[in-house]
Amino acid sequence: METPGRIPNDGVQSRRRWISLLLGSGVLASIASFVYPAIRYMIPPPIGESTSRSVVAASVNELKNNSGKVFKFGSKPALLVRTPDGDYRAFSAVCTHLNCTVQYRSDLHEIWCACHNGLYDLSGRNVSGPPPRPLESFEVHVQGEEVIVSRSA
Amino acid sequence: MPGIYRRILKWLDERFGAGAVEEFLRHKTVPIHRHSIWYYFGGMTLFLFVVQALTGILLLLYYRPTPNDAFESIQYIVTQVPYGWLIRSVHSWSANLLILTVFIHMFSVYFLKAYRKPRELTWITGMFLLFIMLGFGFSGYLLPWNTLAFFATKVGTEMAATVPLIGPWLLKFLRGGEEVTGATLTRFFGFHVAVLPGLTTLLLAMHLLLVQRLGMSVPPGVERAIEEGRQPARSMPFFPNFLLRDMIGWYAALGVLGALAAIFPWELGTKADAFASAPAGIRPEWYFLFAFQTLKILPAKILFLEGELAGLMGFTLAGIVWVLVPFLDYKAGFGRVTRFFTGLGIFALGYMVVMSALALR
Repeated sequence: METPGRIPNDGVQSRRRWISLLLGSGVLASIASFVYPAIRYMIPPPIGESTSRSVVAASVNELKNNSGKVFKFGSKPALLVRTPDGDYRAFSAVCTHLNCTVQYRSDLHEIWCACHNGLYDLSGRNVSGPPPRPLESFEVHVQGEEVIVSRSA
Repeated sequence: MPGIYRRILKWLDERFGAGAVEEFLRHKTVPIHRHSIWYYFGGMTLFLFVVQALTGILLLLYYRPTPNDAFESIQYIVTQVPYGWLIRSVHSWSANLLILTVFIHMFSVYFLKAYRKPRELTWITGMFLLFIMLGFGFSGYLLPWNTLAFFATKVGTEMAATVPLIGPWLLKFLRGGEEVTGATLTRFFGFHVAVLPGLTTLLLAMHLLLVQRLGMSVPPGVERAIEEGRQPARSMPFFPNFLLRDMIGWYAALGVLGALAAIFPWELGTKADAFASAPAGIRPEWYFLFAFQTLKILPAKILFLEGELAGLMGFTLAGIVWVLVPFLDYKAGFGRVTRFFTGLGIFALGYMVVMSALALR
């Protein structure tokens, strides 16, 4: 009669290895199935990007020449500038360096970021300091009493 | 009374061997030599951490971690709650002193080569504790939801986005979305009061156990002097002799904290507004100033890298070298002092001091 003791030793070992492999991969798979949802859970679902392509940024009499104003454009801040010549310009107010909110400096006639001293000119070009790229620029239209800023199509 | 005390001890000893605990405590001695003063800073840091835990728990009774309520709840704590101003100011001051003592402790251990064999793991757990303390500082800074904190968090988390490959994921993980919002506040609150305290408890237990197990390191110079018979090997028991000295220091620290809180109450600033410009003169807490100044002077491009990525890589590399210094300076394990590593320490300390001073100009 066959007894387990008489089975050749390598047969037992290979079966044991097979069981270890099954057990090990099962445990690994279950760990992965616990960890994966936890990691996915850490990142929130994206918020639908604001569909508004344009916004009323100011009223016509609000801004004097050589001044600026931060306004809400979708979910991000934007900057409306009235140049010394009376033109309107609009840019994203998010500094391209590290995300701070920029402001108009009437003494310099430039756009300035207080966080790391970045400067942009009145076309939004990064002219000094650490910013690597120009500010995103928007279109400005004056309609009646309203200054309307819109994303370029 | 001593009779009762002895009977309680005996009762405990019969149940779990209190004698072993006493033995464990008595095993450690503190060497006495001209650098002994530096042995106090670890204990001082531990004390300040306990102050943080206790005042933090008290603040939790009233603090509300939402963008509509956070600023107002701290206003309420400092203006309405009895002694709220004291608790909040002590928490802020103690946090700053804690970072200071952590750095003093770290640099003194570095210069006295206390990281050398067999204390590599003590050094590594200590460095991780230091990083966690900086994490406490960064996450706690946002909780009042004021303008300075809002922009500091925007910049700090944006740095994470420059990390290659996982950057965008890391940014969303830290902010709880694309922008710094209420979701960020909730997350930072969770890190500050749950995740970091848990990690600290674990690492602190390892750190203290290692210190207890390996005893205090004697600096190589003193060690040599003792071996050559130029100086006697003196020491005192840690328990109770050194602990009592520690406690005098802690008592003084409490006095300093109370005085600072009363004379220089911590400011609250103005409430964060996501649609306002960053105010002029904005800068982070003093212990991040050296990094802040580095960011400010780095050009937009360094070779083919964006400036802030180059800066981040530099600091990461420096951090890795610093954590691994017991293995790089393995010769210190044989009592040999390598000039290079002493020089590296002086350079690091000098860099931090000079950059911070430049940022304060």
